[in-house]
Amino acid sequence: MIEVLYFAWLRERIGLPREKVETSALTVQALIEELAAREERYALAFSDISALRVALDQELAGFDSPLAGVREVAFFPPMTGG
Amino acid sequence: MQIVIQQAAFDPGAMLNQFTASSAGAGAVVSFTGLVRDEEGRLSALEIEHYPAMTERAIGNILAEAHRRWQLSQGLVIHRYGRLQPGEPIMMVATAARHRAAAFAAADFLMDYLKSRAPFWKKEISAAGSSWVAAKDSDEAALQRWS
Repeated sequence: MIEVLYFAWLRERIGLPREKVETSALTVQALIEELAAREERYALAFSDISALRVALDQELAGFDSPLAGVREVAFFPPMTGG
Repeated sequence: MQIVIQQAAFDPGAMLNQFTASSAGAGAVVSFTGLVRDEEGRLSALEIEHYPAMTERAIGNILAEAHRRWQLSQGLVIHRYGRLQPGEPIMMVATAARHRAAAFAAADFLMDYLKSRAPFWKKEISAAGSSWVAAKDSDEAALQRWS
């Protein structure tokens, strides 16, 4: 079981800030494919992953990163702090 | 090293005085304050969302890197979230070092990294509706200067 978090327009598009996901995906990329296959709103949200960033247990990571041992995956658009 | 993530407004002058007082031994203090632009009166508010579990950690890493590179004697980052009005301070950085070059460079570095590596997202609210602020390619490119 993985906790998946969404921020900014991704959260709005999917319609939730977080959810628990039962998955056997081995990588972030595989998790995205599972989510995108669920429903149209997920497919739309993940249609262009170059517009997204991912953090694994609160550290920025790449889409090819393994999910083994990861408890929290967060998806969000490029950050706009400052 | 001090990190403050809060919804409430802050007084940049008071924070700078406090920071300067805690920087004994430094010869230079540099500070930057970011304000909500009113975009020629079009903006009614700015909403800032963040990722609470990650924010302090991400900023801590950036600040630790600045300390390491420029041997800062003190560093401060304040960043707000929530709904802000035009003209209000959003964030502030302050650096203290033996000499000004290090203090200026470290503040510049902190700003570049906070822009695109601290988990905040801004949404502009206007009479016409609301829209998420897109990250700029130039913000990402700015990081190249430090690698």
